[in-house]
Amino acid sequence: MLKLNKRDTLLFVIVTAMVLLAPFLLNPFPQGSSMAQMFNAGYPDLMQRFVIFGILVIGFNILFGLTGYLSFGHAAFLGIGSYAAVWMFKLLSMNIIPALILSMIIAGIFSLAIGYVSLRRSGIYFSILTLAFAQMSYNLAYSVLGNPSSSYNLTNGETGLQLALDDPRILDGAAAANGALPVTKLFGLAMRDSYNLNVGGWLFTFNVGYYVAGILMLISFYVSIRIFRSPFGMMLRAVKSNQQRMNYTGLNTKPYTLAAFVISGMYAGLAGGLLSSMDPLAGAERMHWTASGEIVIMAILGGVGTLIGPIVGAGFNEYFKNILSKINDGVLHQWLSFLPDGLENFIVGILHYFVGKGWHLTLGLLFMLVIIFLPGGLVEGGQRLAKMFKSKKTDDESDSNNTPAE
Amino acid sequence: MSTSNLTRRGLIKNSAIAGAGFAAPTIFTASSAAAYTNEPTGGSVTLGFNVPQSGPYADEGADELRAYELAVEHLNGGGDGGMMNTFSSKELTGNGILGKKVEFVTGDTQTKSDAARASAKSMIEKDGAVMITGGSSSGVAIAVQGLCQEAGVIFMAGLTHSNDTTGKDKKANGFRHFFNGYMSAAALAPVLQNLYGSDRNAYHLTADYTWGWTQEESIAAATEAMGWNTVNKVRTPLASTDFSSYIAPVLNSGADVLVLNHYGGNMVNSLTNAVQFGLRDKIVNGKQFEIVVPLYSRLMAKGAGANVKGIHGSTNWHWSLQDEGSKAFVKSFGTKYGFPPSQAAHTVYCQTMLYADAAQRAGTFNPCGIVEALEGYEFDGLGNGKTLYRADDHQCFKDVLVVRGKENPTSEFDLLEVVEVTPTSQVIYEADHPMFAGGALGSCNPGA
Amino acid sequence: MDQILLQILNGLDKGSAYALIALGLTLIFGTLGVVNFAHGALFMIGAFCAVTLQRILNISTITIDPTKTDFLGNPAKIKTPVVETWFGPEMGASIIDWSVPLAILFAIPIMAAVGFIMERGLIKHFYKRPHADQILVTFGLAIVLQEVIKAFYGANPIPTPAPEAFRGSFDFGTYLGYEANAIIYPYWRMVYFGFSAVIIAAVFAFLQFTTFGMVVRAGMADRETVGLLGINIDKRFTIMFAIAACVAGLAGVMYAPINSPNYHMGMDFLVLSFVVVVVGGMGSLPGAVLAGFMLGILEAFASMNQVKAIFPGIDQIIIYLVAIIIILTRPRGLMGRRGVMEE
Repeated sequence: MLKLNKRDTLLFVIVTAMVLLAPFLLNPFPQGSSMAQMFNAGYPDLMQRFVIFGILVIGFNILFGLTGYLSFGHAAFLGIGSYAAVWMFKLLSMNIIPALILSMIIAGIFSLAIGYVSLRRSGIYFSILTLAFAQMSYNLAYSVLGNPSSSYNLTNGETGLQLALDDPRILDGAAAANGALPVTKLFGLAMRDSYNLNVGGWLFTFNVGYYVAGILMLISFYVSIRIFRSPFGMMLRAVKSNQQRMNYTGLNTKPYTLAAFVISGMYAGLAGGLLSSMDPLAGAERMHWTASGEIVIMAILGGVGTLIGPIVGAGFNEYFKNILSKINDGVLHQWLSFLPDGLENFIVGILHYFVGKGWHLTLGLLFMLVIIFLPGGLVEGGQRLAKMFKSKKTDDESDSNNTPAE
Repeated sequence: MSTSNLTRRGLIKNSAIAGAGFAAPTIFTASSAAAYTNEPTGGSVTLGFNVPQSGPYADEGADELRAYELAVEHLNGGGDGGMMNTFSSKELTGNGILGKKVEFVTGDTQTKSDAARASAKSMIEKDGAVMITGGSSSGVAIAVQGLCQEAGVIFMAGLTHSNDTTGKDKKANGFRHFFNGYMSAAALAPVLQNLYGSDRNAYHLTADYTWGWTQEESIAAATEAMGWNTVNKVRTPLASTDFSSYIAPVLNSGADVLVLNHYGGNMVNSLTNAVQFGLRDKIVNGKQFEIVVPLYSRLMAKGAGANVKGIHGSTNWHWSLQDEGSKAFVKSFGTKYGFPPSQAAHTVYCQTMLYADAAQRAGTFNPCGIVEALEGYEFDGLGNGKTLYRADDHQCFKDVLVVRGKENPTSEFDLLEVVEVTPTSQVIYEADHPMFAGGALGSCNPGA
Repeated sequence: MDQILLQILNGLDKGSAYALIALGLTLIFGTLGVVNFAHGALFMIGAFCAVTLQRILNISTITIDPTKTDFLGNPAKIKTPVVETWFGPEMGASIIDWSVPLAILFAIPIMAAVGFIMERGLIKHFYKRPHADQILVTFGLAIVLQEVIKAFYGANPIPTPAPEAFRGSFDFGTYLGYEANAIIYPYWRMVYFGFSAVIIAAVFAFLQFTTFGMVVRAGMADRETVGLLGINIDKRFTIMFAIAACVAGLAGVMYAPINSPNYHMGMDFLVLSFVVVVVGGMGSLPGAVLAGFMLGILEAFASMNQVKAIFPGIDQIIIYLVAIIIILTRPRGLMGRRGVMEE
């Protein structure tokens, strides 16, 4: 099917099913229960983030996973895509199609230029070059290019670029008549419209924006599988394993790596455009080096160079970020209220440092654990588990795989 | 059962009573019954406290969160009632809001517009919050205010000092109790004139982002109006940690006053650097060199330590005020947490009370009802004297404090002393003042 | 001209901070072959050693003074630092005043221990892993370390003033024939510059003139052969890591009075010091020092009003711009060796 081999087809079908059924899968707890309060993730904003960051990391994986070039400035393309999309909403139309197209084109142009320069170096020198370009973009977007009183206010600085009632919107300017800002839409479908389904105590939300982004993620995923399996993908892998040998054979690898860089930049641009389509505000923080670092973290968490890894990593990171930062002491007390008071206070006192304002600490620790014990990311963890179950009866030695390598 | 946009939670929110750890009783009304976003139908109402919990303003966010918890306690009838007893409106009785128990959810803005919006969205979409409040910077306040306008919930701004929040970016669903750059300048200028005379040369160092620019514009305009000359306005990158290369040329420029339009960590560092360079010991143009920090907060004063001594600035509120409201608030906050509240804590406590009171008076949580109840509302007893929530721009007008770093602090909290309380009449401006022009309030949006 | 002299002073001062951090980074990279993203965190921990010592010296006995009241109207608690009761008020006060220089002694064992634990507990296991893994695990460690510090000390900067004797500034201008106040520079920053010069010289001397240094340098060049000679290179590398941690930590201690330490100061310096190392050339000690001072001075020049008038916003991007130009024109940075970190 779809010119994929059997395993890839299976993978693609599973991912498709997960995307389509996410509103069910992500709301396992009945509405109103205290577990739902915290752990349910089936609300539009977070579901959208899952798939949008999925696209971003899938794109990053095409570059890093295949060629081994570690870009530490990938967030710049996300930011550039976001700004391009918001400008499209401001100037042309609230329809997301032109916005997405423009954000991919602009991100593509930027990645072509930055990639052309940065790919002249490899290893850490490449990483620092991309980092430097991204930090320059961030600093300029935050200040010089974002001063509302100057004539070149491209980014609106700290506040972020947002829609205004008096934007021209050449194609559908009349929509702003009632004093409310127009909403982003795909022809007639507004991105924020949702359909709610109540079943028993459960509430499932089907959000238009989520499904638009989800379908785009599936397309991106499909394209990425095809790239991984194509001769082009093989060439990129060859670059990763030994670029020098490739060069000795008389082959110029630069066009291949540059193509991978631009494709991956356009993925980031698409993700940025989608972020703006779901919520039309583009902030400069999206381009900060820590945001780039987060992309790398997501890719590694999931498993670099694997097909499904980026999606797993993005989902894992976004989920814990959103959930952990919202847990406060009151919630902890509520959960642990079945314990004796002294013990309850003691445990809350400890957990206090790991949730709410301490969510960075928890994520940092989790991330370290994954790198130390699962160099192949969560995907490797899953494979080890699967292997363990399969071979348990016949071969006990596979257990040793689960202990740290050193 | 198709509903458009963000109303999914309201109808079943009733079941989310604290501690009910079980599946909801299934009360399904047709969803069209929800008249506005997240209409609370059960015995409780949820407020969203969106404050910086990570990043440089985390301590300020933590103080805001303490004040919110205190406010919720008071609203639900716990504690000593704090400023509820001194508030001029007596609608609130410690019985929640409109008889519903007040609950809250918290989130982390990270002091980033993106993260703050994501956090606010999750509160609206997932937790069914009818009101979002908090924050510690203007960029975040403006971004979240825009979101709340679109989603159809009320936004009660926390600490945001930029003119734009109730100027060109004002929104019908957004309200600000905190003062702004213009008011700081209007309050400071006469005091500075008294202290340093009207023949001075000012050198501005400004954090290169929205808030810094409006602050610089306001202060420069106010000081120039009383005869000061502005020598130079220098923008410093937000990410700067060392300001030496910006401060070193100041003395050479012929300036005799340095205005630091910085906030938070920027201000702590720039002030520390300026004092290190010994600027305050110098005599320029035959006058003692002076430093002014237009916006002060206790946390910043704490970070800069002894460097703040004798340096003037303005603040929204200070715990040493002796009116009944302030005393009641300091007492109840201090008893609970062991130290006096900051101005950020004060403003968010007031905002919560004002929201609760408006809902009570309006008899509904409908944003349009709240907007109507708050617009043009005059109140007293919340620590700043008589205060007006102006209908034109949803900005509070009240007295502004001019403060000075204390020379001989008696405790680790006693860092600032109030020099003058500038009355409202001196700091008020027309709603269409050029520094605030450009935006439109629009109309209230109840969502749904 | 006086403006330029002034900015050179500023640049030397900024540069010495960059150089000190970059020196430790490149030392670890050159000897152990590990890219340590937690190096900024070591700098931060050093600064918090100064904070901690200041707190320890301020440990007080509490007496209740019924004549005064605190903000709630309760009887005020008066704190008397223990050192003042031990050494008498004057001596005690001056000990507290000198807490930052004293913190150097306090920080050395702590930083060495932190470095030792880090290397033996974590870094050791990453010698054979790809550089990307090293970067990421140390990045994770940096996040964890800074969050731990935040949990204990809060997010607000904590003032740690220099001793009274070093406050204020020195007027260079009058000695060079300029007007008074034309070129002034704070005493503590001059101390900082001198201090970093001493540390840098000490590290070079140590590597150049001791047997230990010779072995380490040999190990940097060819680890395997040195191992074959029967020298326990691992142990020496652990010591090198501890030394690098001390260099970063001492840079942090002395930096505390310049800017009040806060938990994310390590991250603020991390990216810049990395740029410095790469511009200097990975694994080259003189390169790191040279690049540190060069970028510091360029940054200071870029923040001059005259320059900003021509290129608005140049001070925001100058370091990155220079880094890009240097990496493109000199493939291995200013003084980098061939084949290092290019795979």
